[in-house]
Amino acid sequence: MSTSLSGPGPATRTPGREPVGSGLPRASQGARNLAPITAAGLLVKVVLLGLVAGIAVWAAFPLVEAEQWTGLAILAVTTAGLFYLYLTRRHVPAKYLVPGTLFLIAFQVFPVLYTASTAFTNFGDGHRGSKDDAIVAIQSSSVKQVPGSTEYSLSIATKGDPATGPLVFLLSDPKTNQVSAGDADGLRSLDAGDVTVAPGGKVTAADGYTVLNFGQASVRSKEITDLVVPTSGGAIRSNGLSRAYEGKAVRAYDAGCDCVTDSETGKTWTADGATGSFVAADGERLAQGWRVNVGLKNFSRVLTDPNIAGPFFGTLLWNFAFALGSTGLTFVLGMAIALALHSPRMRGTNLYRVLLILPYAMPSFAMLLVWRDMFNTDFGLVNNLFGLGVDWFGETWSARAAVLLVQLWLGYPYMFLVTTGALQAIPRELTESTSVDGASPWQSFRAVTLPLLLVALSPLLIASFAYNFNNINAIWLTTAGGPFPADNPRNGATDLLITYTYRLAFGAQGAEYGTAAAVSIFIFAIVATVSAISFRRTRKQEEVYS
Amino acid sequence: MTTHADAPAGNRNAGRASKGRWFAQVGWRHVVGVLAVAFSLFPILFVLSAALNPLGTLSSTELLPTGASVENFTNLFDKTAFGYWFLNSLLIAGASSFVSILLSALAAYAFSRMRFAGRRIGLLALLLIQMFPQFLAIVAIFLIFTTVTDLWPSLGFNTPWGLFLLYMGGALGVNTWLMKGFFDTLPRELDESATVDGASHAQVFFRIMLPLVAPILAVTALLSFIGTINEFMIANVFLTDTESKTLAVGMWGLVAGERNNNFGMFAAGTLLTAIPTVVVFQLLQRYIVSGLTAGAVKG
Repeated sequence: MSTSLSGPGPATRTPGREPVGSGLPRASQGARNLAPITAAGLLVKVVLLGLVAGIAVWAAFPLVEAEQWTGLAILAVTTAGLFYLYLTRRHVPAKYLVPGTLFLIAFQVFPVLYTASTAFTNFGDGHRGSKDDAIVAIQSSSVKQVPGSTEYSLSIATKGDPATGPLVFLLSDPKTNQVSAGDADGLRSLDAGDVTVAPGGKVTAADGYTVLNFGQASVRSKEITDLVVPTSGGAIRSNGLSRAYEGKAVRAYDAGCDCVTDSETGKTWTADGATGSFVAADGERLAQGWRVNVGLKNFSRVLTDPNIAGPFFGTLLWNFAFALGSTGLTFVLGMAIALALHSPRMRGTNLYRVLLILPYAMPSFAMLLVWRDMFNTDFGLVNNLFGLGVDWFGETWSARAAVLLVQLWLGYPYMFLVTTGALQAIPRELTESTSVDGASPWQSFRAVTLPLLLVALSPLLIASFAYNFNNINAIWLTTAGGPFPADNPRNGATDLLITYTYRLAFGAQGAEYGTAAAVSIFIFAIVATVSAISFRRTRKQEEVYS
Repeated sequence: MTTHADAPAGNRNAGRASKGRWFAQVGWRHVVGVLAVAFSLFPILFVLSAALNPLGTLSSTELLPTGASVENFTNLFDKTAFGYWFLNSLLIAGASSFVSILLSALAAYAFSRMRFAGRRIGLLALLLIQMFPQFLAIVAIFLIFTTVTDLWPSLGFNTPWGLFLLYMGGALGVNTWLMKGFFDTLPRELDESATVDGASHAQVFFRIMLPLVAPILAVTALLSFIGTINEFMIANVFLTDTESKTLAVGMWGLVAGERNNNFGMFAAGTLLTAIPTVVVFQLLQRYIVSGLTAGAVKG
């Protein structure tokens, strides 16, 4: 937002410092008690509020179309609130706080609250949707081909990227030549004009869809086999990559007994509201369940279940060591170098500084990957350079040392920079007077320089600790949590709580969002406690020294 | 830090004695500096060597360049969507650092200069919310944006604007604290006298405060630019189309599967990615040192 020039009135310059950086001449205001509403200010206000109104109208149409009345109400209230706020001359602080706060609520607070509520559910693989969704999934996955069922020509398509986009079946009925698109939500018929059908009935192109070629489709054959398109009489499943059939569901839900019955074997599974799944008399559970509230179960599991609690506390310990180690080592090294270069007789400090902070300016995600490759056992630079054959990421302690070394390299230039700045703020007379008094350099460092540095830098050190505590990139891009013990592929030696949580939530073992959310809340509680304590101690320190 | 101060005591040669003193006072500092520079530079030298290596594989790369070829750079643009990734990253990181410093400067001004109900709680809440890493809420974010993609596809998955909005969720936070610390160091008489002269609060903010806080604006803008360029985990969930990826997501894809063969291209990409940051860094260097510490002292 540029400062537009305006303002009639006599030129009385505000006393004080000249503006830094901006070359704009400062317009001055008339000496009146009430700040006048300037024409430019009004114009900016009108333009911005017009923009808000425009965005609101643009956003409203899809909400109306989707009949999302709650969303529409929130939108209307927010827009009206913004108009009220910026048209009144009251509530001045709110005018400055609301823009950022809106984003904060929508994209930070709301997801956090949602995550917190997830921690009390069994949300995860097999427990994703509502009970009705689970029933539909059970019925359609039990579909079997019966004699006389409809056969379709099948083409696999997607609306997104051929390798990752959600799959859609393009089905053409050989009898009626009607073409439909089907996915997990059901079947929609397509206009004949929008599709190209090859002789033989296979769809080769359709508006809005990318048809996968044979190679692309065969890579995703597992997903294709798993895709079930529910229909009124049963469901459509693929039979190979070019045929599909409509079959009948063998398992059916009966609302009377709240149970699922298999018509071939006669077995029944009764709904269990406490665990959100259908359970048979012999204890067998159907894979498709639904989301229910499980209370504090996830939290108690993290603390007591030996499969989770053991790794959790081990990881917690290493997590503290990692965060303290990365912060402490970078600070000590950065400070040592800053002290060494901080001398009035030292020449070339600017050149040193430019070269020293280069690691900080390099893209850290890429350099983490480079370091991962430098620690490669067979052709990594570290082993080559020193003639070693160490399997760096294969052993617990060498892997931990390696990630700390990488953190040291990435982090110390920042500490060097801030220490240099803080050193310049310490008056030289202080250290000079100690040396006149006969103190050794070490004594004067201990007694004068270090305490002053710590007062200035401890907020940054705490922030750095909090950042490193959850430094997911540092681990994920180097060791990915490994090395893993043979008996537990879920929790490795260098795993931080956050990478452990990530694996719980998205790992190959099946998603456990509920447990992952519970671990997230633990992490949050730990970081918040540690930071609160250290901030309190910092404040005390500041009162002592300043 | 060992000081080699033991200049031979009984040495009669005055020249060597003064050399010894020079080393005790200044020389060892250069030794430390050179060692530190070597530690800083050797991985970067390795990247440079890999980028120039005509074979382009990890196993054939050594610390010192063994050849000079731009093949890796041309391959990067011919065989991958690197140009798109670069533009996406610049767009997202540029836009979000600009808007986020504006938003947090507005908030910092209010927190520093105004007294209102909920001010203390607001500041504490900001600090507290920031300690819940946004990444931990990724499941919730994923579900929210599934709905957004259905309703407003231009803000949904695989769009720069969706990711931009998401990053804006963290716009208030550490930056606000850092800036508030800097605002607090400016004498209040400045804006008070302007107010007496009839300036509105908006004029005080845009014409008087903003120019004076240029150092901290530069620092936070740079920090948030670096942070956004390097953000990988959320972007990786958010961007799946080849052409919508950012540098972090795209280049991760280069070495995730075939780390050995694509290493040269990856190194070339790393060097190109560093260019904007290094340029801005060198331009803003004097602001960075003073801004970081001034904000921290009063944090």
